[in-house]
Amino acid sequence: MLKDITLGQYFPGVSVAHRLDPRTKLIILIGYIVALFSAKSWISYGVSFAFLASAIAVSGIPVKSIVRGMKPLVMILVFTGLLNLFFTGGETVLLSFWKVTITLEGLRRAIFMVLRILMLISGTFLLTYTTSPISLTDGLESLLSPLKKIHLPVHELSMMMCIALRFIPTLIEETDKIMSAQKARGANFETGKLLDRVKALVPILVPLFISAFRRADELATAMECRCYQGGDGRTKMKLLRLCRNDYFALLLTAALIAVVILLAGFSL
Amino acid sequence: MEPILQVENLHHIYSAGTPFEHIALEDVSFCAHRGEFIGIIGHTGSGKSTLVQHLNGLLKPTSGSVKLDGVDIWMDKETTRASRFRVGLVFQYPEYQLFEETVYKDIAFGPKNMGLSQEEVDRRVREAADLVGLTEEQLDVSPFDLSGGQKRRVAIAGVIAMEPEILILDEPTAGLDPEGRAEVLSNIENYRKAKNATIMMVSHSMNDAARLTDRLLVMSDSRLVMDGTPMEVFSRGQELLDMGLDIPDVTRVFLHLQKMGIPVKAVYTREQAVAELLRIKEAADA
Repeated sequence: MLKDITLGQYFPGVSVAHRLDPRTKLIILIGYIVALFSAKSWISYGVSFAFLASAIAVSGIPVKSIVRGMKPLVMILVFTGLLNLFFTGGETVLLSFWKVTITLEGLRRAIFMVLRILMLISGTFLLTYTTSPISLTDGLESLLSPLKKIHLPVHELSMMMCIALRFIPTLIEETDKIMSAQKARGANFETGKLLDRVKALVPILVPLFISAFRRADELATAMECRCYQGGDGRTKMKLLRLCRNDYFALLLTAALIAVVILLAGFSL
Repeated sequence: MEPILQVENLHHIYSAGTPFEHIALEDVSFCAHRGEFIGIIGHTGSGKSTLVQHLNGLLKPTSGSVKLDGVDIWMDKETTRASRFRVGLVFQYPEYQLFEETVYKDIAFGPKNMGLSQEEVDRRVREAADLVGLTEEQLDVSPFDLSGGQKRRVAIAGVIAMEPEILILDEPTAGLDPEGRAEVLSNIENYRKAKNATIMMVSHSMNDAARLTDRLLVMSDSRLVMDGTPMEVFSRGQELLDMGLDIPDVTRVFLHLQKMGIPVKAVYTREQAVAELLRIKEAADA
């Protein structure tokens, strides 16, 4: 069922990871990604992994949920792994048959690439699992606010993002309902030729679009009724404030980047 | 007479094996006969909607069985698909599932999926449209140009056109004005008379349930707690109130009369109430 999609879902909680300032979490994620992409050796991957593992432990999110979120990505991982395995040139040939050669460098690179993607996505999941969409967009808006100087509509962008995130579960539920209703009229989505299957989507997509537009319209009216008029002069109920935990977490991230880059400098 | 539908020890658990596990149905058993009008009542979240989605094979029971004419609808794929046509299900707010360019095409969606001939589809569409009171001209307009009540009737016609032996409706009158409600309810009654079909209707209106149905199923906390005629069910009015359910307005008045010491029997329709009051009056006059 569509409802079982957990991708990017927020798990409410009270752990330290949940209570961190969303800006801190965003910066940590960016720092972590920088570290991952600078990592070139087993040791630096190990350090990054330790960082990720401790973050997961602190958040109290069950490892099972993170692993389950990976399922849709298995194909991409396999594909990336195989491409790197077969198409990386190198000196130490491990295996060679027909037109295919597997080198030690290829194997190393394939493993690193897969690890990098896995860790990248786990980290991103951790952010969305521990941060509600609203505080996430609040954080993003605050981080991007310097760009207002060059007339970028930062508030509007973050509001759009917030609304989009908010309506994902609603639309999934709606799709589920429409699918059941059309199935009850004998619609068939599971079998048939490709063209038939594409055609079978029309009875779902048309009602879905109509209801999305209706919802958008209603939401716009509701926002106007509450005097929403964009970001100018708008105050916040929850002010973002950095506290000791935030500085500590940022310090740790800085340390992670420093260690990884230093290790890379010693070509480790 | 053999029942057309038999539900035996139905259990359903949503998201089994995850932290979101939730028992939606627990040991539900009942059967339905041809031509019966059955009402299903219960508060929100009591499992009514989950139950009706099992009856045409949209949801697969975790355990237990649903049988049509004695055959389990999950026996094989064809049987499941065939059960969707034999048991027509009209969802809540069915007008949100309309998608075709014209009313005619939308009503024809179900019959076409059944693989019927062009003439048969045409006959069924016209008959269904007629049954719900849509005019010939309305068949050619876009369903999105119709009023809310008319859209609802188009959606119901779309299911009726499959000529199901059992027609299930999940709150078919929700959100309609009194006139629209009366029309939809009489459409349903007309269909039952025309095809000797079994009707099952989920409803929050106890007045409608009392007036129209032959039998009532009461759901509470994922279980079927009462199964009987409206008379039997509403005579347990206090239990229904304790479950957070309503009772027909006249029943409420008469329960109060009983408390005041006036010797009236429990009633559940206006006609019965009038007869009962006249009886009391005659007894008093005599």
